[in-house]
Formats: sequence, structure tokens, C-alpha cells
Amino acid sequence: MSAILESADIVRALKRISHEIIEKNQGLDSVVLLGIPTRGAYLAHRIAAILKELGSDVPVGTLDITMHRDDLRMRPPRPLLPTVMPIGGIEGKDVVLVDDVLFSGRTIRAALDALGELGRPKTVQLAVLVDRGHRELPIRADYVGKNLPTSAKESVKVSLMEIDNIDSVEIVGA
Amino acid sequence: MKNQLLSINDLSHSDVLSILSTAAELEKITDGPTKKLPTLRGRTVVNLFFEDSTRTRISFETAAKRLSADVINFSAKGSSVSKGESLKDTAQTLQAMGADAVVIRHGSSGAAQRLADSGWISATVINAGDGTHEHPTQALLDAFTISKRFPDRKGDLTGLKVAIVGDILHSRVARSNVLLLTKLGAHVTLIAPPTLLPVGVESWPVDVTYNMDESLELFDVVMMLRIQLERMTNFFIPSEREYSRRYGLNEDRLRRMKTDAIVMHPGPMNRGLEISASSADSGRSVIVDQVGNGVLTRMAVLYLLLGGVALTEDAK
Repeated sequence: MSAILESADIVRALKRISHEIIEKNQGLDSVVLLGIPTRGAYLAHRIAAILKELGSDVPVGTLDITMHRDDLRMRPPRPLLPTVMPIGGIEGKDVVLVDDVLFSGRTIRAALDALGELGRPKTVQLAVLVDRGHRELPIRADYVGKNLPTSAKESVKVSLMEIDNIDSVEIVGA
Repeated sequence: MKNQLLSINDLSHSDVLSILSTAAELEKITDGPTKKLPTLRGRTVVNLFFEDSTRTRISFETAAKRLSADVINFSAKGSSVSKGESLKDTAQTLQAMGADAVVIRHGSSGAAQRLADSGWISATVINAGDGTHEHPTQALLDAFTISKRFPDRKGDLTGLKVAIVGDILHSRVARSNVLLLTKLGAHVTLIAPPTLLPVGVESWPVDVTYNMDESLELFDVVMMLRIQLERMTNFFIPSEREYSRRYGLNEDRLRRMKTDAIVMHPGPMNRGLEISASSADSGRSVIVDQVGNGVLTRMAVLYLLLGGVALTEDAK
């Protein structure tokens, strides 16, 4: 078990993602960030803080996708996590979904469904801290902090200061 | 959480908090242009109603439909039950049709338990009122309504003073509410004439008084119960007029309540009997909120009971 990313690497990755968001959208006028709880929500707030340092206030929200999961019947029911609409809503906006790890793509599929029920954004983009491969759906990220080749048996553990008291990304198990 | 909801006693304290917080989140995500969620797509919920009901049946039906479940409404009137079909045969028919959940309302206390324990049916059984026994989803929606009106408490009702007034004897709503509200830490007082209190009420974890006027100023919540005229086969009250004068909520009593106190009623109301029209429509009244909250609470219950794999299946 070794840290693939440490605190400084995560900061650097998020800064790069922030600059890429500005570049791709040619400014931030219609950009809103939507984090997928739990850790995606913290990452969305961190990216918003970096964008603020760069001079723009970007609305941030969170989007719980539990009710749209396709694996609900395979596990015990899970508690719902908070959904918070960003100020100004998502209608006609460039929505950047933020999550910690991109794996099968099923979470993002569920997020796209959940998003469709809240409104109709102009574009939907995806930012992830780690892309670990093994996609099961035709989904890709627009912004990737770190591409991390893994075996399907391994799991990727993202820890964030806000809830885990440490910033790190590790590969666990083999 | 158990696979059934027959009584408030089936729920642990954390189950209750999980239902209430799920209902609160569901309110946020169904607030948008689309109220419908795909969560229970392909599941079948049967509303098995042996007694008349407007609110509860429509509420369960709406809740199930908002979660994309298929809903079959079955009422005893107009079905083979009126030809003398037994609960067992009815249950087996529903089983053969592949019901995932059965929401049962029945005039006999214990009917839901009987259905759940019988082995006639493998579906999740949800009690929507059995005789004078329990009505757990009503108590949950009442607790949700109270929590929303006192948001600073964050679901903890410790020390909250609740009065339940009226026909306690016949009220399954009162029984479920006493169990649930005391579980959440509230202090419950029952106010009723002696003829409308059940035998053994002294063993309940509540205060009991016959006099509505002695302590009205103390309560945060006043929950009025319907005088169940259809169950008044004996002489429980001298006259409706006398009952209304001694135990009815009128403007005078409304004025004496605490400034932030709320008025609740599970419906249907007998306006002018246990509650005056102006009390029912006053700013203190959360009676209409109770209906909307009922849908959210029942969605939460259906999601938590049907949304995941059942724990009993896990054990297999």
C-alpha cells in the first residue's frame, strides 16, 4: 500500500484541472460545478476555491445519484446524501461534474440521469481526480488529475482532509 | 431495518432517523421540474385496502408512482372479498401476481402481522392501519412534520411537549405516535374523557388528563384526533355538542397556546366537532403539510424497504 498522490500532488492536479476548465470554456461565465458526494463534493468546493483565487466566483452544488444507481438491487439500501442546487441553477449552464475516481462509468451514467431531472444544461463535462480505467460504459472524462493504470482486483482509496484528515490517493489490495 | 413495517416497534432509533433524513433529501430532489425517480422501476406495490381511505391510499399510491413502481389498487368493495374470499386466498392471489410489497389497511387489529407471519406471501408487508392497533407511517409523517416545524432540533424531539387529544381508545394513530414520539424523546400527554381512554393506559409512557384546559399553554404540539363516528357503537360521549365544548379545539383555546405551537390532525376532520374550521385553517395548523409530508415519508419507507436487496435475502 503506497501513496500514488500526496497532498502536494492533489493540489497541483486540481490547479491544472481548474486552468483547463477555464481554457476549455473560454472563461467561466456559464460554468457551474456539481460535486458527487461524498468526496466529489469536497473536490468541487476545492476547485471553486482555486477558481476564486484566479478571480472568478463559480457556483457550486452537489448531486446525489443514489436513486438513479443501477446496482440498487445488489446491495442493502443506502442513505441519501445531500443534493444542493448551485446558485442560479443548471439550466443552460456548462455543468462540470466532479468525482474522485472514474472506474466503470456507472456512477457518471447515474449522475447524467439525475442531472436530467434537475434541468437541461448546455453542456455537461466531467472532472475526476483519478481515472483508473476499466470502463463498462462509453464514458470519458474531460479533465483528469491522474491516469492510474490498475488491475480490476485492486481498489483506489482517495482520502481528503475534510473527512479523512489526510490528503492522499492509494492503491489498496491486489 | 427489518423487511416489514408493521409497528413502530419494528424500527430502531437509527431506523427512524434514517427514514426522516431520507424523506428530507427526497423533498429536495423531487422539488425540480420532474418529480419522478426511477428507483423502484419494475417493482410492484399492491395497495390492499379492506377499509375506506382517501389520504393514506392516495398517499401510498403517489409515493410508489414517484419512485416508478407499478401500483395495483385493491379495495375490498368491488372485489371477490365481498363474495367471501378470505385474506389467505386474496394474499395468495397477490403472491401469484408477483407483488413486491403489500400495503395493507384492515379493520382488524393484527391483520398486517397475520399477513406478514403467515407465509402466504413473500412480499414486504407495510401496515397502513390495522383496526385500533397501529398506523406506523402516519406517526412517521407526523414526526417528520414536527421536525420540519422545529428545524433547530434536527430530528431530536427531547423535551418537546406533545398533547394528543380525543378518541385515544379507537386511535391507531395515537398508539403509533405515542411509541414513536417517546422514542424520539418527546413528552406526550393524552387528553381525553375517561370513556375514550384504553384499558391499561396507565402503563404507557405518557401523562393522562381529562381536562383540556388545565395545561394547554405548555404544549409545543397539539394533535387532534378524529372522533370516529363509525366506531361509536356504544355511548362513549354524552353528545357531540358536549364533547366539542370540552375537548374541541376552538379559537379561544387556540389563542391560549404557545406562540410557536402547532396544530396537527391526521384527517379526515370533523370540522366543528373536534376542531373548529378556523383552527383547522389557522396559521398554526400544519394539517395540509402533513399530507404532503405523507408522500415524502412513504417514499422514504418504500425506498428503504424495497430499494436495496432485502437483508433476509442476504442471509440466505
